[in-house]
Amino acid sequence: MSQTTGGEVPLKSEHDIVLARQLVRRLTQQLGFSIVDQTKMVTASSELARNALIHGGGGAMQWHLFTRDAKQGLELVFIDAGPGIANLELAMTDGWSSGQGLGMGLSGARRLVNDFNIRSAAGAGTTVTIRRWK
Amino acid sequence: MDRIPILRMGEFLLVTIQVDMQDQLALRLQEDLTAAIERHSSKGVLIDISALEMVDSFIGRMISDISGMGRILGAETIVTGMQPAVAITLVELGLSLPGIATALDVERGMEVLRAKIRNGADHVADDGR
Amino acid sequence: MVTSCLIATVLRKQRKQLHEQWMLELGRVSAGRGRISSEELAQQTAEFLALLEQASQHAMGGEISSNEFKEIREFLERVSRSRVQQGFSSDETATLIFSFKRPLFQALRAEAGKDADMLADEVWTATELLDALGLHTVKTFQRAREEVINRQQQEMLELSTPVVKLWDGILALPMIGTLDSARTQIVMESLLQKIVETGSQIAILDITGVPTVDTLVAQHLLKTVTALRLMGAECIVSGIRPQIAQTIVHLGVDLQGITTKANLADALALALKRIGVSLTR
Repeated sequence: MSQTTGGEVPLKSEHDIVLARQLVRRLTQQLGFSIVDQTKMVTASSELARNALIHGGGGAMQWHLFTRDAKQGLELVFIDAGPGIANLELAMTDGWSSGQGLGMGLSGARRLVNDFNIRSAAGAGTTVTIRRWK
Repeated sequence: MDRIPILRMGEFLLVTIQVDMQDQLALRLQEDLTAAIERHSSKGVLIDISALEMVDSFIGRMISDISGMGRILGAETIVTGMQPAVAITLVELGLSLPGIATALDVERGMEVLRAKIRNGADHVADDGR
Repeated sequence: MVTSCLIATVLRKQRKQLHEQWMLELGRVSAGRGRISSEELAQQTAEFLALLEQASQHAMGGEISSNEFKEIREFLERVSRSRVQQGFSSDETATLIFSFKRPLFQALRAEAGKDADMLADEVWTATELLDALGLHTVKTFQRAREEVINRQQQEMLELSTPVVKLWDGILALPMIGTLDSARTQIVMESLLQKIVETGSQIAILDITGVPTVDTLVAQHLLKTVTALRLMGAECIVSGIRPQIAQTIVHLGVDLQGITTKANLADALALALKRIGVSLTR
């Protein structure tokens, strides 16, 4: 059984965001996630992909299928080499907005997934890792 | 050029969002819709999202914007057909689309719009203006 | 306590024989349950022996929590989990490890020759090591079994949370028992799904059977109500007992304009009014 268990897609345009979330939909379906869990993961990926594009100047989304404690899951890593987030704590508070839109991106996405990890600093780009499992 | 079609249903306009929206498409929809509201003096706009399997903050913002623009132009907006998984996810995201009317489907949406317009007309009559 | 090297030596020199004898021993005690193929069993036991050889070089008392034992611990965890899936009992699973004692002790005796002291030490070390590994296997087995039970309970919950159609357009959900996060998710999903299926406008959440409402439960209720609203349905919460009303106010929970009624009957009357049905007596 040779199935790819990982990959990477670019996030350089709006169209890439659409493709990325269609990919996440396929992957979560493949893993047998419930509809709600699929939707949560797809929505989180849309938020984070958009962040990488709009705020990070473009980047990529890496994906990995993993098994942990006999549970199967999907890990997504959103990477950009943009200006980074100077105040992570502030950015993770509800209702914080960097000017565009409803500003739910990060804190909202965190509530949609099982594991959430963010690394960022001013001028150093941003990497957000999220995981969901069955 | 891709455009989301706007259907005219009497005094209402119906927009059915079926495709994965990108910002160009969303902007074009806003332009087309505001123009259509003006052209037809529409009293109400129904945004049917029964085909959407995902609504993120971008689409949520777009819906809010359309609603706001419509209201300024004198048209009530109502969002119809949100799927359960989408509703659950939006709540978790923290997006509750406050102040935006919702209905289970287009038919009910139109009933709600008619009732709103009726009430609005009644108030105007009461004012004697 | 001297770290053993005899166990490792024996495992290296007599691997094949030990494996064969272990398989015989297993055949004897398990009486061929047939839930696992002999190939799979042979594979698992072979892998265990390889890992044991490595690990036994560091054998010190019954201590297996250090990094040297990580691989073998993880291997046993995987085996445990698959045993749960395959329907074995916990002692059947532990027998896998303990049944290795006899072949190992026989091999040690042969290797130790005339040195009784060394033999005693080695046997003791081997016992402690295998006991610890066996215990680890059992613990993992139990944990994995609990996970299965929890999952089954979830599924049962799903099936047993009744959404009742009280009238055309009105659904009622009598909630019973404690409302935790997992439970509320399932309940919320099934209610929303039923709303779509029946095209109902109003959902009555009856919490008469919910013993306590704390901030978390209140949050869950709020989420359900908000999701219903987003879909275009209305929600009435009924069955709020005086104590719960007090708790809600004391906790400072803002019910954000949710309509509440003391009991289901009142909620139904209100719902009927809302959908335009008038009752004539």
